[in-house]
Amino acid sequence: MEYVFSLLGPLSQGALVTIKLFVITLALAVPLGLTLALLRVSRFRTLARLVGGYIWLMRGTPLMLQMLFIYFALPFVPVVGVRFDDFPAAVVAFALNYAAYFAEIFRAGIQSIDRGQYEGAKVLGLTYGQTMRRIVLPQIWPRILPPLSNETITLVKDTSLIYVLALNDLLRAARGIVQRDFTTTPFIVAACFYLVMTLVLTWGFQYLEKRYAKYDA
Amino acid sequence: MPNTTLETATARAAPAPSAAARDVMIAARDICKGFNGLPVLRNVSLDLLRGEVVAVIGPSGSGKSTFLRCLNHLETIDSGHVAIEGETLATTNAAGLCSYVPEAQIRRIGRKMGMVFQSFNLFPHLTVLENVIEAPMVVKGMARADIVPKAEALLAKVGLLEKRDSYPARLSGGQKQRVAIARALAMEPDILLFDEPTSALDPELTGEVLRTMRELALEHMTMLVVTHEMGFAREVAHRVAFMDRGELIEIGPSAEFFAHPRHARTQAFLHNML
Repeated sequence: MEYVFSLLGPLSQGALVTIKLFVITLALAVPLGLTLALLRVSRFRTLARLVGGYIWLMRGTPLMLQMLFIYFALPFVPVVGVRFDDFPAAVVAFALNYAAYFAEIFRAGIQSIDRGQYEGAKVLGLTYGQTMRRIVLPQIWPRILPPLSNETITLVKDTSLIYVLALNDLLRAARGIVQRDFTTTPFIVAACFYLVMTLVLTWGFQYLEKRYAKYDA
Repeated sequence: MPNTTLETATARAAPAPSAAARDVMIAARDICKGFNGLPVLRNVSLDLLRGEVVAVIGPSGSGKSTFLRCLNHLETIDSGHVAIEGETLATTNAAGLCSYVPEAQIRRIGRKMGMVFQSFNLFPHLTVLENVIEAPMVVKGMARADIVPKAEALLAKVGLLEKRDSYPARLSGGQKQRVAIARALAMEPDILLFDEPTSALDPELTGEVLRTMRELALEHMTMLVVTHEMGFAREVAHRVAFMDRGELIEIGPSAEFFAHPRHARTQAFLHNML
């Protein structure tokens, strides 16, 4: 038991990296995903198609590959060549990747809203932008919370991929100790860390679902 | 617009309720509209005068709802002319090319008309009061404090003030439709369009909605009502128009329309309905 307590310190360090990546990714990917979704359903056909292509690319290739590409290959790409440090490179890859998934969730939500809502808003004189902001988007949240919660929980676990950039996240920290102490206990403790994080998220989403249930009969 | 383009049926129209105020609120001329090459409206013309209530009746699929939706740009017309209170919304040139006025103008003209839908289209995430004040705040930029008393007065008028903080999901169909009417009125339209306002309601709930509409008619609200309610058409409407297969077959003062329908198709329809 004492051994388990001794693990909490170093594993918390790792968990901090995990949480940091998780929070920043979410903060970037949700607004970016929403923007992509709005473009995808907009009447600007070319833009909508471009977004479609982007989503195909980001969902069609492994996140790890995208991360490696941004860290190792991007600096050598002409014109756009940017060099990111390891953590920012991970953030960029995660945000771009998750934005694609979130975009599809938002799009599904937007398209699930009845045409009558647009017509009701239009005959009252609301512009398309006002209709989206005031009428459509507020209604999609209760509908997309379940898939959103799914994706968010996946993100918690996907953060472990950043070990390929030699970043010390929760899992890599655990693995380091496993190799040092020749015991698998750190893995179990790390699993508990992940479970606590996802539990908090599950509760959070349950709370949101309840809050939005008020206007659903 | 020259009078010569008036369809004969429209030209025979009875005088408006008050002969002094003969302003044409809606002038629709030769409206044609098709869906995927299938004609839905064929040369439909209608004038709606200030303070007038016109009921549009006809079998399902006769194009009456589409006609209504063409007037406020929920549908675009293929050819013809639409003018609201003298302002052109859409027109067709000699070459048959139909054009609409710019977007901002469409919106401004559209605001002269309110609309009540068969499916209510209330905003489910807003309370009854919020539904009513939403457009005045967002579109007209009114302050909440200014519009709330007015919205409450409108809700009282439709008999739903005590429901002001309820969400639409908690209301009956008739209550929803009365909220929808209050919501439309909050924008102070000159004209109200009703698209089968009672068709989605249980029979025992249609009465309360029709009563509200009747009250509006008594206040000389200009109304164009697509309906299956023959009682309403007969008792409240000044004129009744009959549409069938995309054509406006006949229009006339309601008493005359029901007593002596001229056209064989009208006679057959009324015979089946009554």
